[in-house]
Amino acid sequence: MREHLPVLQVVLPLVAALLAALTRRPGRAWALALTAAWLVLAIAIGLLLQVLGEGVTSYHLGGWEPPYGIEYRVDLLNAFVLLIVSAMAAAVVPFARTSVAREIAPERIPLFYSALLLCLAGLLGIAVTGDLFNVFVFLEISSLSAYSLVALGSDRRALTAAYRYLIMGSVGATFVMIAIGLLYAMTGTLNMMDLAARLPAVAATRTVPVAFAFLTVGVGLKLALFPLHLWLPNAYTYAPSAVSAFIASTATKVAIYMLLRFFFTVFGAAFSFDVMQLDWILTPLALFAIVLASLAALHQEDGKRLLAYSSVAQIGYIVLGISLASVLGVAAGILHVFNHALMKGALFMTMGCVMYAVGSVKVSAMAGLGRLMPLTMAAFVAAGLSLVGVPLTVGFISKWYLVQAALERGAWPLALAVLLGSVIAAAYVWKVVEAAYFRPPPAGSETREAPLGLLVPTWALVAANLYFGIDARWTAGMAVRAAEAVLGVGR
Amino acid sequence: MDDCPILRVGAKIMIPTILLFGLYVQFHGEYGPGGGFQAGVIVTSAFILYALIYGLDSTRRVIPPFVPRAAAVLGVLIFAGTGLASLLAGGRFLDYDVFAGSPQKGQHWGIFTVELGVFVAVFGVMLGVFYAFVGRGRPQ
Repeated sequence: MREHLPVLQVVLPLVAALLAALTRRPGRAWALALTAAWLVLAIAIGLLLQVLGEGVTSYHLGGWEPPYGIEYRVDLLNAFVLLIVSAMAAAVVPFARTSVAREIAPERIPLFYSALLLCLAGLLGIAVTGDLFNVFVFLEISSLSAYSLVALGSDRRALTAAYRYLIMGSVGATFVMIAIGLLYAMTGTLNMMDLAARLPAVAATRTVPVAFAFLTVGVGLKLALFPLHLWLPNAYTYAPSAVSAFIASTATKVAIYMLLRFFFTVFGAAFSFDVMQLDWILTPLALFAIVLASLAALHQEDGKRLLAYSSVAQIGYIVLGISLASVLGVAAGILHVFNHALMKGALFMTMGCVMYAVGSVKVSAMAGLGRLMPLTMAAFVAAGLSLVGVPLTVGFISKWYLVQAALERGAWPLALAVLLGSVIAAAYVWKVVEAAYFRPPPAGSETREAPLGLLVPTWALVAANLYFGIDARWTAGMAVRAAEAVLGVGR
Repeated sequence: MDDCPILRVGAKIMIPTILLFGLYVQFHGEYGPGGGFQAGVIVTSAFILYALIYGLDSTRRVIPPFVPRAAAVLGVLIFAGTGLASLLAGGRFLDYDVFAGSPQKGQHWGIFTVELGVFVAVFGVMLGVFYAFVGRGRPQ
């Protein structure tokens, strides 16, 4: 079975999604989702160990040799991304049981888990495949299921948020499709490695830069790069709590993986950064994202919306690392993909706890929650400190690497921008902390602490935030090796 | 349109022909143009024609609303199941060579089952979409 791990990674959640759609009982659908999510995590761990031990794994679907057939190709970078996505799914599904029972009508719950598993299958598929058209297919699977997940939110505005996400996401997917078509027209191949070998011969044409531009904008829409992020705040705000936690920590991360794969593996760093001068686009946009989105977060009165704008800013950090195009910079980006998944997952889960207990995540509704829900709010403070980048949390590790990467290039203004972003992050995290701890609870409030079913997954992620913040040898080592693998240097 | 005899009789002649043509497109898919997707759409169009002439309620008696969802799921399960079966038979995912003794027969049976899955799934999804749009604002 070991050789089949790459394909099982995708087929398992897909089949589980189908079975979940057939059941009518919420409990059964949840049990299916839980089994699938944990098995998928086990497969991801197995794949990572396999890649660490034996190098790049290649799987030929249907026995057709690449570049003619579809190839699933796993190197250290996608093995790491697969691990992040499946670990977040394994943490969110236990959380979803209690949270979803309160936010979604019972007859829709099996379909909710079906859509969640489909989304997971799509995201894992994007990460595992080595075929360009396959990427597009999985992108559509994950996006379409994500739109319907957002639309399941209990607030009616979830529908308009999902519709806007649908329009922007479809534009992005269409742009990616056009780019893939142009590349196919120029080279006659869809296999990534084959493309990488054939593209330099035709790189001087006009078609290839156009394909590159379409791809950059299309993926930029999917990962909510600064001026293309407008779909994100509403989608994260009005989605069910479990969906916000899942999508915020996985969907944009997989889009960043696509960015890395296209820029560094398919087009090559030399073409992307020396010929197309991508850094002159990515760096300013990343800086705008860090500063402006953080400032926007400061002005939000809704806890989830605040976190959503903060996500746009955090994506800025990741893109800033990538735009440096050095091993250290890309490693900082990959490291922050992992770390940001941990902190945003934990933070959106605390919002899920508040939603469960209070019924609202407005900052004003959180007055006095520090006393009424001590465990939830302590989790928020711990994950919030991680978001700010306080030492002993994962946020500090990411920023440490990012500042180092910037200074390595002599780009001290970038390092300053990172620090400025942290200061603003401290301000917007404080906004919630101030409401929770320094304002009295409304008189006669009967708000109770969230149930264990919500607290355990939340605290598990908070613990991961602290653990990987104290001992970053494994994560940082993996990120550096993945960056070396994708840049084609080192071993 | 219950009161229009030309349409009613015309539909009665058309619908079996459409269904038969759908099956032809399905089973001739390996040799000529056609296959599961086209066949699924054609067969669904027969039921949509039936619904347009005879009304949604009688169509729902012919095909209850839970059928489209089950068919959509079943179709993909047939497809994925074929892949898993080839995996269990010792080949790669969706490698039909391992079926039915020889690679030639195996490829034949493999593509046949996969196309059947596509047919069932497309039929289920198309009819489900039709039911969802037409049934808006009506009791289930």
